[in-house]
Amino acid sequence: MNVIDMLEREQMRMDVPYLRPGDKLRVHYRIREGQKVRTQVFEGVLIAKKGGGVRSTITVRKVSFGIGVERTFPVHSPLIEKIDVVSRSKVRRAKLYYLRALRGKAARLKELRTH
Amino acid sequence: MAKGLIGRKLGMTQIFMGGEELIPVTVVEAGPCTVVQKKTREADGYDAIQVGFGDVKPHKVNRPLKGHFRKAGVEPRRILREFRVDNPDEFEVGQVLKADMFQPGDLVDVTGFSKGRGFQGVIKRHGFGGGRASHGSMFHRAPGSIGAKEHPGKVWKGKKMAGRMGARRVTVQNLQVVEVDPERNLILLRGAVPGAKNGTVLLRPAVKAGNR
Repeated sequence: MNVIDMLEREQMRMDVPYLRPGDKLRVHYRIREGQKVRTQVFEGVLIAKKGGGVRSTITVRKVSFGIGVERTFPVHSPLIEKIDVVSRSKVRRAKLYYLRALRGKAARLKELRTH
Repeated sequence: MAKGLIGRKLGMTQIFMGGEELIPVTVVEAGPCTVVQKKTREADGYDAIQVGFGDVKPHKVNRPLKGHFRKAGVEPRRILREFRVDNPDEFEVGQVLKADMFQPGDLVDVTGFSKGRGFQGVIKRHGFGGGRASHGSMFHRAPGSIGAKEHPGKVWKGKKMAGRMGARRVTVQNLQVVEVDPERNLILLRGAVPGAKNGTVLLRPAVKAGNR
């Protein structure tokens, strides 16, 4: 096997859940403030997945006090404590950038029923 | 003690350093290198060691080189390079230099042969600004006057003009060693290294590391 692929595989985390665009996620992200490390939860909709293997990232969007906030996380970052999938939605494209132009009711996604 | 290694650039990736920060790294297959010859001030006018790297098929080695390797009593190697050292007697002919001569955190200078870009204009080759794209401009990517006015009335030597770019020896200084894997002969360097994948690179301790 290619050495670079091998190195990348070693860096990968095995505990990453199956993620899809439209998923509502809770990302528990460790933040260092001076000496202290605390966990911050970022909850929002997964609007884009990019890259492959260790290089893959997810973009999560939420609307906070009326202002859209997007954060991009490296999926395999050791700083991510865990990712909870809260719910899934029915979406028909891979990148949900159109949500940026929509507000309120129009920006809702139809929830997918899961058993 | 000056020292060095010959390596092969394998490509770039990124790793999470220290369990958090994501940094870009170049993976280099460094060594093992065999010392083939010691050059001394008395015999050659300077102190150095000649080291070989990489496997080679026996029929690819010409006879003069075969004799050179036989004299040293080592297997023929594909690439031969020299590294200046203070005292060649610290090394033995046949000694194998491995990736573990560098430690994570060390700073190294990396020499490679940059990718050839072919014939390029002055914007790409020398970073000229160029002219405006529109508004009736008829001056886009041209170099402008090269000196044929009253003053200086000639073209200066060394004037930056279009021409062949790349494909030359380039050294990048002070690259940080991020990880060393002596078992797989790998060294991970922070940042980019000159040359294409599978290109030969030389790793040496950083000349200017003392300033850090």
